[in-house]
Amino acid sequence: MSKDWKSYKPLLLPDIKDLSSIDVYEKNGGYEALKTILKHKKKEWTPENVTNEVKSAGLRGRGGAGFSAGMKWSFMPKPDGGPRYLAANGDESEPGTFKDRQIFEDNPHLFIEGAIIAAYAMSIDVVYVYIRGEYRPYLKMLQKAIDDAYEKGYIGKNILGSGIDVEMYTHMGAGAYICGEESSLMESLEGKRGYPRVKPPFPAQKGLWGRPTTINNIETLANVPLIMKNGAEWYKQIGAEGHAGPVLYGISGHVNRPGVYEYPSGMLITDLINEVAGGIRGGKKLKAVIPGGSSTPPLTAEAVEGIAMDADSLREVGTMMGTAGLVVMDEDTDIVDVVWRISHFYHHESCGQCTPCRDGTGWLQKTLEKINRGDGEMRDLDLLLNICNQMEGRTICALADAAAWPVRYSIDRFRADFEAKCKKTVYALA
Amino acid sequence: MKNIVFDKDDLLEIEKIKAKYPDTKSAVMPVLWYAQDKFGDTNTEIQKLVADTLDLPPSHVYGVVTFYTQYYDQPKGKFVLDVCTCLSCHLCGGYDMLHYAEEKLGIKAGETTEDGLFSIQSVECLGACGYAPMMQITNDKVVNHLTKEKMDQVIETLKSGNDIELEPITIPQHQNVSK
Ligand SMILES: Cc1cc2nc3c(=O)[nH]c(=O)nc-3n(C[C@H](O)[C@H](O)[C@H](O)COP(=O)(O)O)c2cc1C
Ligand code: SF4
Ligand code: FES
Repeated sequence: MSKDWKSYKPLLLPDIKDLSSIDVYEKNGGYEALKTILKHKKKEWTPENVTNEVKSAGLRGRGGAGFSAGMKWSFMPKPDGGPRYLAANGDESEPGTFKDRQIFEDNPHLFIEGAIIAAYAMSIDVVYVYIRGEYRPYLKMLQKAIDDAYEKGYIGKNILGSGIDVEMYTHMGAGAYICGEESSLMESLEGKRGYPRVKPPFPAQKGLWGRPTTINNIETLANVPLIMKNGAEWYKQIGAEGHAGPVLYGISGHVNRPGVYEYPSGMLITDLINEVAGGIRGGKKLKAVIPGGSSTPPLTAEAVEGIAMDADSLREVGTMMGTAGLVVMDEDTDIVDVVWRISHFYHHESCGQCTPCRDGTGWLQKTLEKINRGDGEMRDLDLLLNICNQMEGRTICALADAAAWPVRYSIDRFRADFEAKCKKTVYALA
Repeated sequence: MKNIVFDKDDLLEIEKIKAKYPDTKSAVMPVLWYAQDKFGDTNTEIQKLVADTLDLPPSHVYGVVTFYTQYYDQPKGKFVLDVCTCLSCHLCGGYDMLHYAEEKLGIKAGETTEDGLFSIQSVECLGACGYAPMMQITNDKVVNHLTKEKMDQVIETLKSGNDIELEPITIPQHQNVSK
C-alpha cells in the first residue's frame, strides 16, 4: 500500500478544467500514446507487443471479476480476415457502483484512446460501447467525444494515416442489470432479450454475431493509455502488488463526502471512509461496509480494520474487490433491511433462465421480507442458507452467486441482528 | 393521438441506425428507443410498426420490449419520476423520497396522475449512488441529493413546462473547481 496516498495526483480523472473537450485533452498529452504506437507499429509496438505490455503491467479488469486484461486480449485467435469485435462494458448497474459514469462525464477521450489501442492490439475493427439506458445524458457526452475523435482522425478509416481502420459505435441499453454480464451484453447488442449464454464457447472464440470478441470494462480500457505512455514498469509501481494501478473508488452510504475518488489500489478501507470520504455522518460509528458493489460480501467494522482494497487482501477476509464501490453503513443501520433490499434487487434483475436463480432470488426476497417485518422464525435462517446452497455455482451466469453471497455472509457475520428480528415472534412464549 | 407511422425522415434515421450493425435484428433496441422518443411509449401498435419496419416477427419485438424496464409497453405520464430506492439510496432515505412524491401527487408508485402529467416508479440502482437519494426523469435528466424541497421544486418546474438542468458532478477530490 502506498503510504503517500495523500500526495497522489489523479491520472484517470486529473484535475484539469474542460478535459472532456478534445482540444484540452490533446493539449495535455492526449492521444500521444495512440500516435506513438501507430508510428512504431512495425517494430516496437506490434499488436503482440502492446498486448504484452498491458499484460506485464498487471492491469486487472475493473468490471468486477478482476481478470488480467492483457491475458484476456491474448485469448483472441489469429485474424482470419473476418470481423472481430471489442465490446466496451458501460452497463454499470451493480448497486453501489457509479464510476464509469464519471469517465464519460470528465475524461471520455482517455477511454476512447484506450479502446482504440485495445482494438489495435487485438486486430479488432469494430468497437461497440454498451451503455446502460439510464446513462442517456452521459451517453450523449461520450457520443460527442466520439464524433470529435472521428473528425480528428483518431477513429475511423486509416487512423492517423496508419492504414488501420477501427469504427466505434454506442449502443444504449434499456434497463436490465443482467446486460452487464458479458454474454448477456452480447445478446442485447444482437437485438435480443439479454439471456446470458452457456460458456464455453467463450467470447474470444464465438462472441458477437459468432465472431471473436473481447469484453472490457470502461475503466479498464481507460487505464490502457496510461500504461502505454509510461510503461508497464511505471504502472506496476502504483498501488498494491498483484493489483496494480489507480482505482476509481465509489463511496456511498453514510459518509460525509460521498463520491468517486481516484487513488492507488490497496487503500485502507478505514482511510477511504475516515479521511477520503470525511468520516461517518453525524459522528456515528461504523457498522458494516460492502467493499465492491452489492454482490460482494459485507464486512463488519472490526473486520475492516487494517484491510486494504486489493484482491488478495479482501479475499483473506472473505470478500472481494468487485467494482470498488464501497457502501458504508453506520451503527444505526438495520442489516436485515439492507439485505432484504439487496435481494429485492437481484430478484428483480434475474433474467429467469435458470430455476435456481429465478425461484431462489424470489425465495430469498420473500423470506427476508418476512423476517424484516418481524414475522421471522429461527428456522428461516436455515432456510435462507439452504436456498443459497442451491443457488451457488448451479446456474448459467454468476447473478445467482451474486444474489446468494450477501445473504449468506450477512447471516454469518451479523447473525445477532437476524436472530433478534426472528425472536420477536412465534417462539416468544417458549 | 399521433399517427402511428414512421415518416420519410424517420426512415432515414432508421437506415443510419441499421448501418451500425451487421444485421437488421440488432437495430431493434435503438429503433425502439427512437420510437419511444417519438410516440411516448412502445405499446403493441408501435411494436408492430417497429417489427414491420425491421422485417422482424412482432413476437420478437414484444419479447425485447418486455425484457427491458425502460421501454414503456403502456402509456405513462408525460413525466415519469423514477425514484431510486435501491441499496445506497435506501440507506439515505430513498423510500422517504418516494413516499413524499406519492403523497404530493396523490398516486402510488406504478400509477399516473389523472391529468396524465406524472407517473411515479420505484426503481433499482441508477448508477448515481454517491449522490443518493436521487431520481431520474423520464429516462433522461437526473436529480441528485434529493430533499423534499428539491422534489417540490422539480415538480413545480416540470408543471410549468420548463426543463430541468442536468447537474454536473464535481469531483470532491479536486482542489480547483473544474466546472
Ligand atoms: C450479473 C453480472 C453483472 C455484471 N455487470 C457488469 C457491469 O455492469 N459492468 C462491467 O463492466 N462488468 C459487469 N460484469 C462483469 C462482466 O461480465 C465482465 O466480466 C467484464 O465486463 C469484463 O471486463 P473487465 O475484464 O475489464 O473487468 C457483470 C457480471 C455479472 C455476472
Ligand atoms: S443465473 Fe440468473 S441471471 Fe444468470 S442466466 Fe441464470 S437465471 Fe439468468
Ligand atoms: S442505489 Fe440509488 S443510484 Fe445506486
